Parts: sequence; structure tokens; C-alpha cells
Amino acid sequence: MEHAFLVALLLTDATVRVATPLVLAAFAALYSERAGVVDIGLEGKMLAGAFFAAAVASSTGNPWLGLLAAVAASVGLALVHGFACITHKGNQVVSGMAVNILVAGLAPTLAYAWFRQGGQTPLLPGEARLPQIHLPGVEALAGIPVLGPVLGPVYRELIDDANVLVWLTVLLVVATHWVFTRSRFGLRLRAVGENPAAVDTAGLSVTRLRYQAVVVTGVLTGIAGAYLSTAHGAGFVRDMTAGKGYLALAALIFGKWRPWPTLFACLLFASTDAVQVRLQGVPLPVVGVIPVQFIQMLPYVLTVLLLAGFVGRAVAPRAGGIPYVKER
Amino acid sequence: MPESPQTPPALETRNVNKWFGANHANRDVSLAVPKGTIHGVVGENGAGKSTIMSIVYGYLPADSGAILVDGRPVAVRSPRDALAAGIGMVHQHFMLVDPFTVLENVLLGAEGGVTLAAGMARARAELARLARDYGLEVDLDRPVGDLPVGAQQRVEILKALYRGAEILILDEPTGVLTPQEADHLFRILRALREQGKTIVIITHKLREIMELTDNVTVMRRGQVVANLATAGTSREELAELMVGRKVLLRVEKAPARPGAPVLEAAGLCVRDGAGVERVKGVGLTVRAGEIVGIAGVSGNGQSELLEALAGMRPLAGGSVRLRGEELADRPARFTARGLRALGVGHVPEDRQRVGLVTGFEAQECAILGHQGDPAFNGRFLMDRSALFDRCAAEMDAYDIRPRDPRLPAANFSGGNQQKIVLAREIERNPDLLLVGQPTRGVDIGAIEFIHRRLVALRDQGKAILLVSVELDEIRALSDRILVMFDGRLVGELGPEEADERRLGLMMAGVVDAA
Ligand SMILES: Nc1ncnc2c1ncn2[C@@H]1O[C@H](COP(=O)(O)OP(=O)(O)O)[C@@H](O)[C@H]1O
Ligand SMILES: [Mg+2]
Repeated sequence: MEHAFLVALLLTDATVRVATPLVLAAFAALYSERAGVVDIGLEGKMLAGAFFAAAVASSTGNPWLGLLAAVAASVGLALVHGFACITHKGNQVVSGMAVNILVAGLAPTLAYAWFRQGGQTPLLPGEARLPQIHLPGVEALAGIPVLGPVLGPVYRELIDDANVLVWLTVLLVVATHWVFTRSRFGLRLRAVGENPAAVDTAGLSVTRLRYQAVVVTGVLTGIAGAYLSTAHGAGFVRDMTAGKGYLALAALIFGKWRPWPTLFACLLFASTDAVQVRLQGVPLPVVGVIPVQFIQMLPYVLTVLLLAGFVGRAVAPRAGGIPYVKER
Repeated sequence: MPESPQTPPALETRNVNKWFGANHANRDVSLAVPKGTIHGVVGENGAGKSTIMSIVYGYLPADSGAILVDGRPVAVRSPRDALAAGIGMVHQHFMLVDPFTVLENVLLGAEGGVTLAAGMARARAELARLARDYGLEVDLDRPVGDLPVGAQQRVEILKALYRGAEILILDEPTGVLTPQEADHLFRILRALREQGKTIVIITHKLREIMELTDNVTVMRRGQVVANLATAGTSREELAELMVGRKVLLRVEKAPARPGAPVLEAAGLCVRDGAGVERVKGVGLTVRAGEIVGIAGVSGNGQSELLEALAGMRPLAGGSVRLRGEELADRPARFTARGLRALGVGHVPEDRQRVGLVTGFEAQECAILGHQGDPAFNGRFLMDRSALFDRCAAEMDAYDIRPRDPRLPAANFSGGNQQKIVLAREIERNPDLLLVGQPTRGVDIGAIEFIHRRLVALRDQGKAILLVSVELDEIRALSDRILVMFDGRLVGELGPEEADERRLGLMMAGVVDAA
């Protein structure tokens, strides 16, 4: 009983850790796509973020400078996407794909040129990684009678010593909900993704709004990348995003471009991943030990099933993917 | 124009010019709108009415010229500048965010703060006042997409007024409204004038101009051809100014000399996409050299009947004979393609979706349905120059403007698109022409042309079946009028006996079998 409780806690903890970059990336795309700019370049921007965070943290020993570099690189790529799609009205899918391909090749190449370690960055020492936040009172809470044995482990395993970026992500989710429902920026963002002509004739600049959205996307994907290489991991390795950008996009669609359902989708994907890790090498009843490769497929199979079957018709922002040209 | 020297006009444009590529859409446009009046801007489609008003609103940049508000020059570089100068505009296609509520739509761009709460409360109060003063009632919490068009239009007007517009421009506001909704709109506009607002209304419906406006500006091919006081002019004069020559608002035609039957249908039944029977046993005959008109309130099965006869819908029963040959039991030939080969032309009701591929060039649209004709094809490839020449010749004969066979069909005005379709069908020399709503959304000059063309075709001995919801059109063109109600033909009238009242009653299903 107690063991099962602990396993559940550990699984939840793993879920949160896996979900954090997914949530960051999915919410990044939420801003861009609700403003009508489709972004399949999340993967590339995250990877660039991961590389620059690790590279700068490794060179300077300061993870915060690394985070800054990650955000700068990712915003730079977001602006390239914006320049192609907003200013020059190019195809958004092609531009996003170009970003992915570019970074997939560029990051290991730069890593090789910079560190000469086979396209990786050196392993980061503890102080060059983004810190965890240690909360007081773990022992005190565990000492409380009756509640202590239940709340103590929850507090210890889940809440204490969470990475600073996990907390940032929690804040982001709440803030995003507020932005989209209560703020002027959110209203305009939603409008420009539905009917940019209405925004234009209301005296607002479509271009400017879309650039703002794309920059937010850049900031958040940069943070997601930094999380991968300097918080969750300890250094950059080739292809370390491993499709998380696409998974985030799937979560966004599954969440029908709304904050809370998107968060839910991210947590669902992350929990299958956590379960997947736990199942590896564990003999199951009837089937026995399943090869690792099949177990690792789980989150992706789930994605395909959900998107194909259970989502129902997802209504995308109406102007999504369409460059704005004044109509006649 | 009645304009006192003391008060400058609320809105004035001076020598505004605008080119779209080589197309000179506005040519030295100068007009003045006195304060507190309703001002009409009329002109055929493509005359440049929307362009000049979009420039005034800052939606399009002018190439040269000046805009003055209350006598002071203002630089309108964007709608923001126009709104600041007190100019609001209701565009022809509404600029609304469908999933947003009415309140959110009104607030967009005028939120009054970084957060929405305060602005929303203020907007609610202000909108309630506007609704009371001008009869602009709408439910503020409904998504705009769920509202009927008339209400959506009121939202657009509210948007402008909420931003403090003193000058309100409306682009073809009645095109999408039912007559009752249009009356409601006119009451609102008169109430706004009472309060000292200045209104500019773009239209090509002369009845509305005469009914509503104080002054009127007439445009033709990008130029202002006249500024008149409405009281001192007439529909005939305006029509002549718009088109640039005398326009007959009536069609002149000799009595028909009908020959042998070309189309004989009996017991026709047609179902719609959902399987509902829309045509319930219709029998009719169309002879060579006559125009048979089908009148009816839209939605009583006329559309389905016409589509079935054109081979676009399967028959659910009945017989169709073309020049005496039974076709209904030969499904292989009773298709759109097969019927074309048998000499049936079809001008569909919806030219944008069925008649044309709007993304195609005019010359490509001009051969739709005949693309296999050897005249346009070499051994392997299409003969583009033959295509071009053919289309250019049709454009000359039908006065299609701009005269550019390579321009995509979408870039032509409604009347010119219709002429492209009409030219294509008529130049194939059909024995039977099926025509649906030939002048819907078409301006007066083109209407006159199309009507004359159809009568000429009749006089060549062709059979024409006309479906239209415009009673004037049915009465002007038809040699016999069939009235359709609820999928059945409920009566036949000659053009002399078909007065508006009698037709109206029959169309409403009140049959006096005379
Ligand atoms: N955005 C545009 N691009 C190119 N040509 C245009 C555009 N808008 C209008 N035109 C052309 O300018 C002319 C005037 O159009 P418009 O002002 O819309 O006429 P109206 O409103 O009087 O029907 C037409 O020939 C039209 O084809
Ligand atoms: Mg227009």
C-alpha cells in the first residue's frame, strides 16, 4: 500500500518533469497560432535553445546567461519565421520546417566547432545548471500526526526541490489563461487569428500583433530548450528534443487551441511517457517483458489515436496559416 | 449643392487618385458632404466607389489628393487616423470576429485599458444608450456569428458610433438585407441624421438613393461625373449618368413567334442533397423562339428544377424530351456534359461557385465545359493563343471590362463575371438556354445589356427558360410566366395579365385558378 503510494508519487513527479518542456512549447505555439501564424518550427527553436543554453552555461559557468542565450537564439529564429510569414507572406509550414532542418544540422555542427566533443557540449557541473528550489519544512510537515505520513511524501517528492523552470511554467499557465480571457492583448491576439481584416479596420496593426505573438513563442520555446539541456539534463546532445516540438503541437490541437485543455493534453502525454519509462524491462502479466522499442512508442501511438479518433473536430483559428493581404 | 459658406463640409475629398497597377480606379475624385446630411454615392460595379471610401477610411493609401474633415486637411494613413478624425465605416463585407460576442467585437481596438473589465462595463452602458437613441438593439452577449445579417450590420454601426464617429460611411449596406431589414436600417440612418451625424451611403440601387439621400455623387469609371441634390434629379437621370448613355429601364421586344417545342418535361421530381423532394411533379414546355419565365419566392424548388434540367442533379422521376427525343431514361447522356453536346446552354444561378472557377483566368473560364473542343487544342497541349483570341473577341462583343483575358475571373465585377458566363454559353449557339438569376448583383448598364442579349437570342429562334426571383425581370423578359410554389407549378400567366399583385398572391401559394 505504502509502496504503491510512493510509486504513484514518483510517477507524478516524473510526469511533471517530462511535461514541463511540453507545456512550455505547447503554450508557445498557443500564442503564435491563436494569432494566425502556424508554427511547426517549435522543434528547431527548442533545439537551438537547448544548444545555446548548454554552450553558454558551459563556457561561462552561469546557467542564467545560458537561459538568456537560449531565449535570444530562439527569438531570433522566431523572427526569421515572422519575417518570412508575416512580412513576406510566405508559406508558414515551409518556413517552420526550414527552421527545424536548419537547427537540426547547425546545432551539432556548432557544438563540434566549439567544444570538439562529437557534436555535444561537455557535461555541466551542478552549479552551471538551473537550480532547484528547496522549500523549508519538509521534516516539520512529516512530523505532523495523521496528516504527516500522507502530506509529507507529497510535499517531499512533488513540491520541494522542483526546478525553478517548473515553477515558472506553472506561473505561465495561469498567466496565459488570464491573458487570453481578461487582457487587451489576448483579445487582439484572438481576433487577429480569426479575422485579421477586422483587426485592421479597427485601427490596429495586424503585422505588429503577429510579430508580438511570434516573439512570445520564441521566448517560451527558448526556455523550453534551456530546460532540456540545463535543468532536466546536464548538457546538449544531438537531437535531444526528440520530437517534443511536434508532440507539443499535437497537444495544442488535442487541446483545441485552448489553455486548460492543452495543459491537460501535455500532462496526458507526459504521464504515458513516465509510465513508459517505468515499464521498461518490467515483466507484465500474460505478455512478459515487452521490447523497449515498443514501450517507447507508447506516447506517440497515443498521440495518433487521440488525434485520429477521440478529439472530434478541432476548430483551428480561422485565419491560421493564411498570410494577411488586404481584401478587395 | 446646398452648402452654406460659413460651415465647411463635414467631409471633402480633393482630386484623389488611385491606381491598382494599370487600372486607374480613382481619377481626380472630388466630392463634398455637407454636415448633417445623408449623401449617396452611386455608380456601376467597378466605378471606384468602394475605393474612394476605403481611402477616406485609411484602409487603402491614395496615390495623390487630399481629404478634409470639417474643412481641415487630415492625413489618414490608417483606419486609426480616420477613427481619430471621427470617420467610421461599415464595409461591404462585415469586419467582424464571428466567435466573439457583440461586446467583444465592439471593444476590439477601443478596449480602454490593458485589462478588459473596466472597458466592458463602460461599453455596456454606452451601447445601451446608443441602442435606445437609434433603435440599434442587439444582444451584447451573443456570438456575432449566430446573429442574422441585419443584426451583424447593427453591430458594425455600433462599433463606429462607440468610437465616436461623426461621419459614417456604409458600403452597399442593403445588398444582403431583406426589405424589412433595409427599412429598419433606413430608420436608423435617419435617426442618426437627426442627431447631426453625417452619413455617406454607397449603393447602386437608385430606389434607395431617391428614398433616403439629400445629395448624391455619381461615379463612372473612376471619375465623379455629377454632384446633385436628390430632390432635383430622377432615377432616369441618375441611371443615364451612371452608365454614360441613355438606359432603358424597360426591355423593348416584339411579340414572340414560338415554333416547335424544344424542351418538354412531364412529371419531374427532384430531391435535394438531404433527400427532401423539392420538385414535385412539374410539367412544362419551352418552344423555340420564346422565353418562359419561372417566378417564385426563392427556395420553392426553382433552383433544383433548373439544375436538374442542366444535368447537375439526378431526376427522381418524370420525363424530359429534348427536340422530341426522350432523355430521362438515358442517364449516360443526361449529364451536364451530355446535355451540352446536345445543345443545352446553362447560365447557373451561382456564377461564383458553379459558373466560374474564380481563380482561373478569364480566357480559361471562357471555355469551361468545352475545354476538349479541337479549336482550342493542339495535338498535345492547349492552344493558348486561340484561347486568348477567342476570349478577346467575346470581351469585345459583350463589352467585358477590363478587357484582359489573362486576368483571373475573381478580379472582375459581378456584372462582368456574368457576361463572361453568358458569352461562353451563348456563343456555343445552344438550342435551349437555361438561365438562373441572370442579373443578381449586376449593375444597371450590364442588366440592360444582358436583357437585350437574351431577347436577341430568342429572336434568333432559340428556346430560353428563365428562373429569377426578380419579378421585374420575369415580367420584362418572359413571353409566358409560370409560377412555382412549394415544388409545383401553380399557374401560368401571360405578361400582360401578370401584375405585381396577382403574381405576388400566386407566389405566396394563394391560387386563383383562372
Ligand atoms: N485591391 C484591389 N486590387 C486591384 N484592383 C482593385 C482592388 N480593389 C478594386 N480594384 C479595381 O478597382 C476598380 C474599382 O473598384 P471598386 O472601388 O471596388 O468599385 P465599386 O465599389 O464602385 O464597385 C475596379 O476595376 C476593381 O476591379
Ligand atoms: Mg464596391
